[in-house]
Amino acid sequence: MGKSQNGFKELVTLIKTNASSYMMYFALVVIMLVFQIWTKGAFFTAQNISNLFNQAAYVGVLAIGMTLILILKHIDLSCGYVAGLSGAVAAILMEKMGVNVWLAMLIVLLMGLAIGFYQGTLVTKMGIPAFITTLAGMFIFRGLLSRSLAKTGTIIVTDPTFKAMCQGFIPDIPGNHTGVHIVTMIVAVIAVAALIWSQVRSRKNKQKYGFPVTSTWIFVTGLVVVSVVILLAAWMLAIYKGIPISACIVGVILAAYAFMLSKTKLGRHIYGIGGNDQAAELSGVDVKKVTLFAFCSMAVLAAVSGFLYTSRLSSATPTAGLAFEMDAIASSYIGGTAVSGGVGKVTNAIIGTFVIMSLTNGMNLLTIDISYQYIVKGIIFIIAVAFDVKSRKK
Amino acid sequence: MADEYILEMRNITKEFPGVKALNNVNFKVKKGEIHCLVGENGAGKSTLMKVLSGVWKYGSYTGDIVFDGEVQQFKSIADSEAKGIAIIYQELALFPELSVYENIFMGHEIMNGATIDWNKTIVESQKYLNKVRLYLDPSLKVKALNTGKQQLVEIAKALSKNCKLLIFDEPTSSLNEDDSENLLNIMRELREQGITCIMISHKLREVTAIADTITVLRDGSTICSLDAKTDDISEANIIKNMVGRTIDDIYPKRTEKNISDIMFEVRNLTAEDRETGRVILKDVSFNVRRGEIVGLQGLMGAGRTECALAVFGNPYKYKITTGDVWLDGEKVNFKNPKQAIKKGLAYVSEDRKGNGLVLIQDVRYNTTLANLEELVKGIAIDENKEIGIANQYKKDINIKTPTIAQKVGNLSGGNQQKVQIAKWLFSHPKVLILDEPTRGIDVGAKFEIYSIMNDLVAKGMSIIMISSELPEVLGMSDRLYVMSEGKITGELDIEDATEEKVMKMAINA
Repeated sequence: MGKSQNGFKELVTLIKTNASSYMMYFALVVIMLVFQIWTKGAFFTAQNISNLFNQAAYVGVLAIGMTLILILKHIDLSCGYVAGLSGAVAAILMEKMGVNVWLAMLIVLLMGLAIGFYQGTLVTKMGIPAFITTLAGMFIFRGLLSRSLAKTGTIIVTDPTFKAMCQGFIPDIPGNHTGVHIVTMIVAVIAVAALIWSQVRSRKNKQKYGFPVTSTWIFVTGLVVVSVVILLAAWMLAIYKGIPISACIVGVILAAYAFMLSKTKLGRHIYGIGGNDQAAELSGVDVKKVTLFAFCSMAVLAAVSGFLYTSRLSSATPTAGLAFEMDAIASSYIGGTAVSGGVGKVTNAIIGTFVIMSLTNGMNLLTIDISYQYIVKGIIFIIAVAFDVKSRKK
Repeated sequence: MADEYILEMRNITKEFPGVKALNNVNFKVKKGEIHCLVGENGAGKSTLMKVLSGVWKYGSYTGDIVFDGEVQQFKSIADSEAKGIAIIYQELALFPELSVYENIFMGHEIMNGATIDWNKTIVESQKYLNKVRLYLDPSLKVKALNTGKQQLVEIAKALSKNCKLLIFDEPTSSLNEDDSENLLNIMRELREQGITCIMISHKLREVTAIADTITVLRDGSTICSLDAKTDDISEANIIKNMVGRTIDDIYPKRTEKNISDIMFEVRNLTAEDRETGRVILKDVSFNVRRGEIVGLQGLMGAGRTECALAVFGNPYKYKITTGDVWLDGEKVNFKNPKQAIKKGLAYVSEDRKGNGLVLIQDVRYNTTLANLEELVKGIAIDENKEIGIANQYKKDINIKTPTIAQKVGNLSGGNQQKVQIAKWLFSHPKVLILDEPTRGIDVGAKFEIYSIMNDLVAKGMSIIMISSELPEVLGMSDRLYVMSEGKITGELDIEDATEEKVMKMAINA
């Protein structure tokens, strides 16, 4: 009895101290359950979950880049239209000029890099606030997007490789007629094994150095819950068509950025600048170079986001990119990035993306008008940030 | 007798964590006099004025403030202003983009129903400008005026609020000779009009010229109150009272000194502020030898920190116009801190929270920030090695924290300072610049930091210690330079240095 009492107390303190980071999981679960009931079971269907992954992909990629920018206490308002423009340019190159799909994507990625370099230079070298620089960018890239599609109107994309990015699935082993996508389940099991291995290792390491760790039962329960969620999600995908290629693309980018932020010098420098830019500068951090990198990374990821969106629709339209940045910024903040900078994780930003895109997805299923969708998302967003600001004040 | 004094502060005690800034201070100001408050940096002058003006609100200190015959309990600056107390700060609190008349009546606008009566505002402002002998168009923007005139606008603003007691905090520190003289004359005229003035100043020549009474503070206590008519108010006597202290064994003795060749040298350095173009360093030259602690003394605003930052790669707003920096026999002239760190120069900032540490990160993170190169294995940081190093420093210099995973913002001042030192030791410097290394930390931690310094020079490091605390500089240095107004005004071997000598050079009397 005494032991479970203590355990309960520990759980309560754990929840209190990590309130803001648990909040988004809680919100995600509540939102999903509400939609599941409200749509009479249409939310948790294999097809819709697969759809949700594809929908979340283009915002998720932007949210990853945005998290870096927000940690550095900047903002990028232009990334939505950079994504839109990138999709349009890729479509023109492939469909109107007959450029090979891979070459077309490379060209557009370089265009993204150039855009990021241009905006990053204005922010770092000229000292123009990012808000102004990227607001101007919003005008410019929106104009360029309309201009580029002015003669042709919406361009239909036919290239199969390009379309596969946000419509295709990873291949299964040939001759599988079980109705369950075997490779997907294998990947899921490997992922769970890797997760458990890395968590146990990091816990052991912490114990070795005498750092505080959560008690065993909370640790085990946490791992079990996460593993079950991963396996369930994988199962939902496996009984449909398997893991979407878009999820793989986001997964690879996510892993790379998570590694960069937590394990490399560059990541340390990003958190340092966000936490105290003057201290970082005096510690030998090249603040301008790191900031420039973040803007370049943002614009390149915006290009990738543009590919995913264009691929999903099989067409490049003049309205692509509208309000993408709003979803990306909201995702990152809902994912616990601090409004005051210096704190934030790309993995949590992806959870934030799922919160936002579950709302979009669920409300679309219920055919709720887009105007209400914006209002609901705005309310959820401000609640999340208010909660975060309050919990950080302690 | 009751109304002889306009202000009586009785037994004021104000504590900050680990430091007693004011200890039973008594301070009496007569109606209509000019009362000067002098003392070393950290003696408690500014704290006392902050208590008086309500910045440190009633309840955060003990003791009584009697102003105008009543006991006051100020909760904010607005409270003290309402009673007629106004402070003219060192950094002016004006709005540069607004006009002179808008500035004067900011916060107590002349209203005509629901709107501001601008015509009356302009006429009224003229009246107060005349009182401070500032004859100009009140619709000029404040940014168009020089510092001296801006200060007069600030005084006019205070007068417009019907103030009875005006407090000047180092009013002439940023003024030239003529403007200073003019300001002193205006203070005399205000005295004629029955306004009481308190002036905090390091410039003893001005103090002795203008004061009716001089109160000396030292280490948070009142030392004496000198009447200009009856007491000895010579500069020598004031200085004696300001510093009168003996250096006892709060400074650990060095067992052996092993000072050899010149390690670091600055030659004829002149630097200016990038934005304003103001010259902040004039022809500064100094050097440090291997195994030597060199003190860089001076009053606040003498240019010591600016000097350190300029040689450390000019991170912010300074620009070196002429002069060279030599390190270990090589001309270096660093363009940014990164270069400086690489070549073996380290700078422990005076402002731990402002630009020294990343407070929201933990001890481990802060310890290794300046030298992550050493931890990179492939492309990733070797975290096991990092933890080992952070733990080693925690043990070596006795950082009191439960674990190195503790956020630095949660540590005490002394331990934050040790984390800063750990960070810079891990960058393996040849020359360590310590800027106010013991500011705001308790006596025990001070001793530990002094011991660390001694250990480091024993191992052959060179240390430059910037400090406003004279006893500390005299207790720790092998040699010292004194700065005043951006210039080196003297160099002393420790055997020749006395507090009086140093103070004279620092005040540039």
